[in-house]
Amino acid sequence: MAVSAIFGAKVKRREDPRMITGRGRYTDDVKLPGMLYAAFVRSPHAHARIKGVNIEKAKKIKGVVCIYTGKDTEGKVAPVPCAWQIPNADLKVPKYNPLAVDKVRYVGDPVAVVVAETPYAARDAAEAVEVEYEPLPAVVNQVEATEEGAPQLYDDVPNNIAFRWTLQGGDVEKAFQEAEIVIEQDLINHRLQPTAIETRGAVANYDPSTGELTMWMTSQNPHIHRFLISVMTGVPEHKLRVIAPDVGGGFGSKIHVYGAEAVVAFLAKELCRPVKWMEDRRENYLATIHGRDHIQHVRVAAKRDGTILGIEVKTYANLGAYLSTAAPGIPTWLFGLMLCGPYRIQAVKCEVIGVLTNTAPVDAYRGAGRPEATYILERIIDILARELGMDPAEIRLRNFIPADAFPYQTAAGPVYDSGNYEQAFKRALELIEYEKLREEQRRAREEGKLLGIGISSYVEICGLGPSRGVRATGFGLGLWESTTVRVHPTGKVSVYTGGHPHGQGEETTFAQIVAEELGIPIDDVDIIHGDTGEIPFGMGTYGSRTTPVAGGAIALACRRIKEKARKIAAYILEAGEADVEFEAGKFYVRGSPEKSVPIQQVALASYAAGEGEIPPGMEPGLESTVFYDPENFTFPFGTHVALVEIDPETGQVKVLKYVAVDDCGRQINPMIVEGQVHGGIVQGIAQALWEEALYDKNGNLLTATLSDYAVPTAADVPSFVTDSTVTPSPHNPLGVKGVGETGTIASTPAIVNAVVDALAHLGVKHVDMPLRADKIWKILKEKDIAK
Amino acid sequence: MYVRSFQYLAPKTVKEAVTLLNKLGGEAKVIAGGQSLVPLMKLRLATPSYLIDLNRVKGLDYIKDQKNRILIGALTRHAAIENSDLIKEHVPIMAEAASHIADPQVRNLGTIGGSLAHCDPAGDWGAVVIALNGEVKITGPRKDRVMKIDDFFIDTYQPNLKKGEILTEVRIPKPQPNSGGAYLKLERRAGDFATAGVAAQLTLDVDGVCRYAGIGLTALGPTSLRARKAEKTLLGRKVDDNSIEEAAEAAAEESKPTDDPLRGSAEYKRAMARVLTRRALKLALARATGGGA
Amino acid sequence: MARKKQLLETAETYVSVSMKVNGVPCSAKIEPRTLLVHFLRDVLGLTGTHWGCDTGNCGACTVIMNGKSVKSCNIFAVQADGAEIITIEGLAKDGQLHPIQEAFWENHGLQCGFCTPGFIMQAYWLLQQNPNPTEEEVRRGISGNICRCTGYQNIVKAILTAAEKMKR
Ligand SMILES: Cc1cc2nc3c(=O)[nH]c(=O)nc-3n(C[C@H](O)[C@H](O)[C@H](O)COP(=O)(O)OP(=O)(O)OC[C@H]3O[C@@H](n4cnc5c(N)ncnc54)[C@H](O)[C@@H]3O)c2cc1C
Ligand code: FES
Ligand code: FES
Repeated sequence: MAVSAIFGAKVKRREDPRMITGRGRYTDDVKLPGMLYAAFVRSPHAHARIKGVNIEKAKKIKGVVCIYTGKDTEGKVAPVPCAWQIPNADLKVPKYNPLAVDKVRYVGDPVAVVVAETPYAARDAAEAVEVEYEPLPAVVNQVEATEEGAPQLYDDVPNNIAFRWTLQGGDVEKAFQEAEIVIEQDLINHRLQPTAIETRGAVANYDPSTGELTMWMTSQNPHIHRFLISVMTGVPEHKLRVIAPDVGGGFGSKIHVYGAEAVVAFLAKELCRPVKWMEDRRENYLATIHGRDHIQHVRVAAKRDGTILGIEVKTYANLGAYLSTAAPGIPTWLFGLMLCGPYRIQAVKCEVIGVLTNTAPVDAYRGAGRPEATYILERIIDILARELGMDPAEIRLRNFIPADAFPYQTAAGPVYDSGNYEQAFKRALELIEYEKLREEQRRAREEGKLLGIGISSYVEICGLGPSRGVRATGFGLGLWESTTVRVHPTGKVSVYTGGHPHGQGEETTFAQIVAEELGIPIDDVDIIHGDTGEIPFGMGTYGSRTTPVAGGAIALACRRIKEKARKIAAYILEAGEADVEFEAGKFYVRGSPEKSVPIQQVALASYAAGEGEIPPGMEPGLESTVFYDPENFTFPFGTHVALVEIDPETGQVKVLKYVAVDDCGRQINPMIVEGQVHGGIVQGIAQALWEEALYDKNGNLLTATLSDYAVPTAADVPSFVTDSTVTPSPHNPLGVKGVGETGTIASTPAIVNAVVDALAHLGVKHVDMPLRADKIWKILKEKDIAK
Repeated sequence: MYVRSFQYLAPKTVKEAVTLLNKLGGEAKVIAGGQSLVPLMKLRLATPSYLIDLNRVKGLDYIKDQKNRILIGALTRHAAIENSDLIKEHVPIMAEAASHIADPQVRNLGTIGGSLAHCDPAGDWGAVVIALNGEVKITGPRKDRVMKIDDFFIDTYQPNLKKGEILTEVRIPKPQPNSGGAYLKLERRAGDFATAGVAAQLTLDVDGVCRYAGIGLTALGPTSLRARKAEKTLLGRKVDDNSIEEAAEAAAEESKPTDDPLRGSAEYKRAMARVLTRRALKLALARATGGGA
Repeated sequence: MARKKQLLETAETYVSVSMKVNGVPCSAKIEPRTLLVHFLRDVLGLTGTHWGCDTGNCGACTVIMNGKSVKSCNIFAVQADGAEIITIEGLAKDGQLHPIQEAFWENHGLQCGFCTPGFIMQAYWLLQQNPNPTEEEVRRGISGNICRCTGYQNIVKAILTAAEKMKR
């Protein structure tokens, strides 16, 4: 494909004008006449039996329209389904009621819902609902939950174990037999709160005359929400329209189907009036999914020259109180498949025990499984290097899959599409001036300063994904993507995509694809997404899939249009189809470029459809609908390097320098790629240093406000140096790979490695995240550095 | 996010405000900057039936030069203190401290009076006013009371205010020549409440002997604390590495931190009391002797 | 008790407020507990001002009130009676984007756009206070706003660019 001025250009985003002027339209901006407001009554207990719900006082509050308890909605709103039922894991899917019926299982579990004329009255009444609880002992830690005598969340899930999943590739036993050195390490990848700045919410409106129910909601995937909410509420799928307007960030948390949205749909239908519900931040932190939360044990077999032979991982994954939509798949497939990372590891074994606890449900959060896998590898390879007296750079070079080995079959399962890991690695080290930094570090140590350099190399599986592959893992649907590209008679283009960008900028990059493919000015192309009433069934935006899969679909649709247009052009130009060339939006006869017809004229002809306009027998019109199912996942990769300094007296960590070199294949818009990387890096650094969802022993969330949960501000992070290499993916029409999660995956281990590196000369081998000042101080004190 | 219903009252004078507060008693709360109260109301942790707004009261928002004192009206915003030339000239530690409180938007509304009256041990002003040996003026249904700041903090969220009383003025004695101060705050992220904070103010005589030492501690006890022993350690002695180390040690001993799952153990905070006291004193010393930024 | 009742009667359940928002006078009868952010969004329909937390941390609700940036979730509308408010909708003049808006666009200073109005309004105030900020000053100046998408780098770049533009 020719690279034009448009594909690969830093085109300014087309979504911006509305957002910088305050004209973005988010779910809470939807206001309908006669609208009512819902508020949920949520459990203050982590584990309790519901003895009774008294709504008398609440009902009397002025403006209250109705109140439903879990008993009232039972049988009317079906339990929340789990859509990733992993096979061969003895999976147990306990009943997940939208409103709790007999028991509550985490603080924030909804018990009842109040509908009122104003949001104030709704909140007042929710507060006035009296629920009688019989508190039960709670368990929040996933290892403790599996032990003898632990509180049991469900009668039918013994020891709270929802599944046991294993993956094995290569000869692990042999690897450990042949090992010259074996390293073992316990690691904790702690729980995080996704924190999209827009909380979750929905507005539902029912038209009894047509039986149609329209929902505006904070969704990353409106069709999946329509599908599952239809199943839950009984509103037929073709009568349910889900509109995801502008969405204020998702990071995974708006993929899932929650009880609340279905209840809002149900209420609108029951009351025949529009109903709005928006979480406040506390509710968001209590009841929207959390991410990560692994307790891991790792063993690595290696040779003395640093070659890694095999890896064995046992993980306890905390799933929270209920199985959220994709919960079983995240700590298993999306984790285990990546346990070879960018290295030639010949044998891998992974056992995952999924555990239910009295905490908020855990599901996909930016990176979802892959950060957890990368963290293991990047920590363990550093630990191994130290044990062997090798430089962490050298050991990575020794183990990288070489550039000439692609496509590469890994022991864990995936076939990596393309890569040049060493190239990106070397570029990153060059940019940060690695050798010089090591020298600087040596000098700093002599002065009592604690400088650390951390390297993190990664490869990610994304572009989810080939449907057969995905279905084999038990995912509920294939992960192809759809599009309709419609060229109008005047040559303007509407593109309907099943992707639903909410910050990733595809309204711009997709228009760039169309402009490139069809030679039509970018301003003549519109991207329409997020409305099930307009777009073909689509899978939405997550897992860094939108550009490779939805973008791939668009490119294919454009190519089909081009083929038809070529036939029409040949007919108009009275030339053989084989003699017609296409360039910059014009068809011309090879050798005589003056004999040309622009695609806009072809478009008009296709609709006019008369004699001399389109070939006899051809269908009129110029559009194409494509359901594109990629042949493989994509595998972006790269290396990040961080320089940190620790205050030896306070334990505070400061990130001084940060270099990221990522390879996401071909870049449609480098400005947007860079933006994705920046944001990802900060989220990853935040996990390494500050953020942690903390429950106390009784299951109270201690980080239920944004003043407790420490999300970094601009003043807490440095500017980053970013660069890229370009290794196209051979597996999709555009050669792109996806870049939405790379930053988050790579940066967490880079920072932890840097901090441990700063302490390495004191004999520190590992520190669990988050690397809070008090934790580092404690280590420094033990080592007699801090007093 | 949606606060419980209340009735709003906007008195025009201190007298009116005090009368209202006296009549309405415990069901009423005054609101100044609202930057502590409104979040609590949104979480429904504070649910006053009456809100008495001080923002329409005339004559509570000022920074005045009065002979050997600076007078600061209770309604003076953190940002006004941060940017005041008078403050920067006489008590630069206050401008420094102000710049560490919360973030710019919160500083544009939050007030020094509200902060002190809120009696949050993690509030930054308490330690600073302690270090400066300030006083507060309390106005109520009876006679005005003036008290040392130390007497104002009774316990966490418990100011020394009787029924119907409000804090109306903060009085800061102007430091003598050869003075210097520093406020240091350890925070998890920018704008966070302190994990620990130390305000230190020194006055030296010509020989470098300490004539005045004020040391206040943030988030290191049930209220903002005075590190009395630490102050005593320095008084009458030459301020040097030795005496500073002793003072830092004393401050750590005097601090009464508690374990905090988010910001650190009592042990850690106590250690930080030592580190920050040492650093703040060194900086104050440098500033008193004409150095330091 | 009787006294209290009397007071109750003088303090109305609904209160009138008027203010000038983006130069336009407006007034309404509202419950005193209406936060300024809800007044702007729900009563005036100015939905460009967003909200993202309960505790005054995120800054998504930042507006200019009487020349100062404030978090409109941390003040009641009734307290803004008589005030002059500027929101994101009031920044562009005669269809011409404000230099800060331009700079956010040109420098990819936004992704999901939810935090953006708050950042732009805070930048507006910051550049009035300090027309020549350093990177460090910009970072501290916007530390009352949280963006989950951009990693801040391009926001900082946008504000520094805007400062340059505004000098011209
Ligand atoms: C995001 C955020 C971060 C913050 N970070 C910090 C920080 O790092 N450091 C810090 O010190 N503070 C911080 N604060 C709090 C802020 O400084 C507040 O402004 C301050 O604590 C209270 O002042 P106020 O004027 O806003 O008081 P209000 O919120 O109006 O009132 C607080 C309390 O004091 C009472 N009160 C107010 N004025 C008087 C008076 N004159 N007489 C008697 N009682 C009165 C009220 O009834 C109420 O109980 C933060 C606030 C926010 C929202
Ligand atoms: S809504 Fe978060 S600060 Fe106002
Ligand atoms: S652009 Fe999404 S939160 Fe800032």
